[in-house]
Amino acid sequence: MSVSGYHVTRTSRAAQAAAVLGAIALVILIAAPWWAGRADLRLIGELCLYLALASLWNLMAGYAGLVSVGQQAYVGFGGYMLFALTIFGGLNPIQAIVIAGVLGAAVSVPVAALIFRLRGAYFAIGTWVMAEVFRLSFAQVSALGGGSGTSLPTGIVRSLADGRSAREALAYWLALGMAVLVVAAVYLFLRSRKGLALTAIRDNELAAASLGIDIWKTKFLVYVVTSALTAMVGGLIFLQKLRISPDAAFSVNDWTAFVIFIVVIGGIGTIEGPIIGTLVFFALRETLADLGTIYLMILGLVAIVVMLKAPRGIWGLIRSRFDLELFPLGYRVRHKQQKGA
Amino acid sequence: MDWVNAIVQGTLLGGLYALFAAGLSLIFGVMRLVNIAHGDLIVLAAYLGLTTTVALGIHPLVALLVVIPAMAGIGYVLQRAVLNQTLGDDILPPLLVTFGLSVIIQNALLEGFSADPQKMDAGALETASFGLGGLSLGVLPVLTFAVAVMVIAGLQWVFYHTALGRAFRATSDNQDIAQLMGLNKAHVFGLAMALSLAVVAIAGIFLGIRTSFDPSIGGGRLVFGFEAVIIGGLGNLWGTLAGGVILGVAQTVGAKIDPGWQLLAGHLVFLLILAVRPNGLFPRVDG
Amino acid sequence: MHDPILDIKGLDAFYGDFQALYDLALHVVEGEVLAIIGANGAGKTTLLRSIAGLMKNGVEQVRYRDQPIGALRADQIAGLGIALVPEGRQLFPSLSVEENLMIGGRTNRKGPWSLKAVYELFPILKERKSQASTTLSGGQQQMVAIGRALMANPDLILFDEISLGLAPIIIKDIYAALPGIVGGGMSAVIVEQDIIKALSVSSRVYCLQEGRVSLEGKSDALKREDISRAYFGIT
Repeated sequence: MSVSGYHVTRTSRAAQAAAVLGAIALVILIAAPWWAGRADLRLIGELCLYLALASLWNLMAGYAGLVSVGQQAYVGFGGYMLFALTIFGGLNPIQAIVIAGVLGAAVSVPVAALIFRLRGAYFAIGTWVMAEVFRLSFAQVSALGGGSGTSLPTGIVRSLADGRSAREALAYWLALGMAVLVVAAVYLFLRSRKGLALTAIRDNELAAASLGIDIWKTKFLVYVVTSALTAMVGGLIFLQKLRISPDAAFSVNDWTAFVIFIVVIGGIGTIEGPIIGTLVFFALRETLADLGTIYLMILGLVAIVVMLKAPRGIWGLIRSRFDLELFPLGYRVRHKQQKGA
Repeated sequence: MDWVNAIVQGTLLGGLYALFAAGLSLIFGVMRLVNIAHGDLIVLAAYLGLTTTVALGIHPLVALLVVIPAMAGIGYVLQRAVLNQTLGDDILPPLLVTFGLSVIIQNALLEGFSADPQKMDAGALETASFGLGGLSLGVLPVLTFAVAVMVIAGLQWVFYHTALGRAFRATSDNQDIAQLMGLNKAHVFGLAMALSLAVVAIAGIFLGIRTSFDPSIGGGRLVFGFEAVIIGGLGNLWGTLAGGVILGVAQTVGAKIDPGWQLLAGHLVFLLILAVRPNGLFPRVDG
Repeated sequence: MHDPILDIKGLDAFYGDFQALYDLALHVVEGEVLAIIGANGAGKTTLLRSIAGLMKNGVEQVRYRDQPIGALRADQIAGLGIALVPEGRQLFPSLSVEENLMIGGRTNRKGPWSLKAVYELFPILKERKSQASTTLSGGQQQMVAIGRALMANPDLILFDEISLGLAPIIIKDIYAALPGIVGGGMSAVIVEQDIIKALSVSSRVYCLQEGRVSLEGKSDALKREDISRAYFGIT
């Protein structure tokens, strides 16, 4: 059998089509402050931030095998750093958010050193304990409002931009930019050698280790980077909310339960999954949230059913049916005569 | 004397935490499952106890006769209908399914009972106390601790002196070969979860007598149980009792220093032990 | 002519996508000792696992006493009187020697085997009955594994490579005990890599090669060259 008639490529027709559609969608979204109403703009911004959180959680859990139910620690940490750095450090909000990311990375190092001693589900609960420690600690800081929290001073809010619509547009673009940044970063990381190592770890840790991949170091790196970016997203979230309190900042429901739901329904261990999951989640929320507790029970039930019947999520079903990959990560062997494929 | 009192109260509190932890430890030992909904099931048991005491007009401890079989039944059905499907090499399915379960239980309780704090009325038991060496000990905390010791002794007896215990140990060692012995592993796991939730029932009743509870406190109980297990060391039920005591003492001593530090003190001691003794203080060395 | 106690026809077995047995057919006559030989990877262990119910097989592919058992669970098959001495012993590490034996008798089937009888067969086990099973030597562990299977008072006992990893003198002792085990009407299937041993204790033999039967015949009648060819798949 001759090898010369074939070539190896990463892309496919579907991926190329998706790239074009994605670029068009992005342009439309960037222009949103001009065509969307205030409420819709907020909604899309919120959707972007949840997409970012979901993509990050998916990178940790779906690829590095680090299932955390404590990422709210960094969301809250980022939020509190935004408040602290702007109120006491005199930084402007954007600088504060970037520094919050750096500080998030720094604080995640000792956290990781401790909780990496636990495995599997015990690791998960360990992350929850850490989030509780963060919550209780910040509740002790009276300068930031203690247990009841504090609001972002109007002066700092005004420093973002002149006029309310300009501020809202800026906050929106920051959110959109964050989502694009995170998804792009995750995609590029997974395409790289380190990303390949991570995928190998996900598939079979023992085999990966025997190939010389440093499991611990790779997982540690993913944890630190994810936490840093999560902190930045947290800063953006509370920049939107303008008010922070320990319970809101470190809420398991808001920043972990919903995020996990998004990733599980959409498809864990894929880049497309969190995107689909976020859209489904918001569709459900807009239609069902009036039902309150029943809505949450439905979410929980859907997550359980998906995990038992379709563990690869919606995207997993689509992918196995149609062999689709919109974010090209794998390699394909194509016959040289196949045009455009 | 105040400090001694704090330590004694913390020790007795550790009994309650050991009750939280025992069911968790059992399930992990038999099927390597960590049930994220464990704390919410404790709260469910408390609500069941509340409903029973109100409906039948009986004392909460008598309600145990109803709640224990009820929770055991729920455990068996839950395991066979849902959780057995999640068992395997992948850690995600059991984690995410029990997480979903936790959300469902919390919100179902919220729907049924509202967010108002509730408490079971145990009458004189709640305030009765007796003097011992200059200290005043509450009857309820002492009873709770005694029950925790009895439960753990009971579980040890089941595990090491009964056919059921042999079935648990064999199935946890090697599921395939255990089946060759005529053990239906789906049934064995169901029984293990039933036993775990029977202990959860006891924990829930004693929780409901001791403090007020509402649908949202499940997560906190899970964390306490988990910390007790890790501090004590995996695979050792008496270690879990020790872990509960250490956690309880850390919390009461912390509260003595500053009431707002109670929970934080417990978490910090947990993290400290995790840092210097990652396997816990009395881990079982596996053969 | 005895009816076969075990009748296998068209048996396929898979590990995921990998097929380990192809349309296998063999039978065990009641009361006989049947040997199954073959190289590593020939499918011998897979065959025993299929009989014992540890693999997913088609319901009609395995018939025991004329009942289709191919789709039954392993615990159900244990209750019918089939016991397996697994490859590599696979004792329960959390159980003592005596507990391993006791759990073997869980199905409460009637028969000559009891703790007392097993201790008579292997006296050394009585001395070590409270020890953790994994602290015993390889040969003693094999005794426990055999005793555990006997405690189920099976009508059909399957031995999977009981000589694996044991010193020759231990193997000799264990095989010497076999007649005492299998006498009394129990049917036995012995899987062995050691062809001489396998032929010496059995009345009939099958040779497996890459998931198929490559040779069948009476143990005392087969020629050496035929066996070699069948074993190695040389045509």
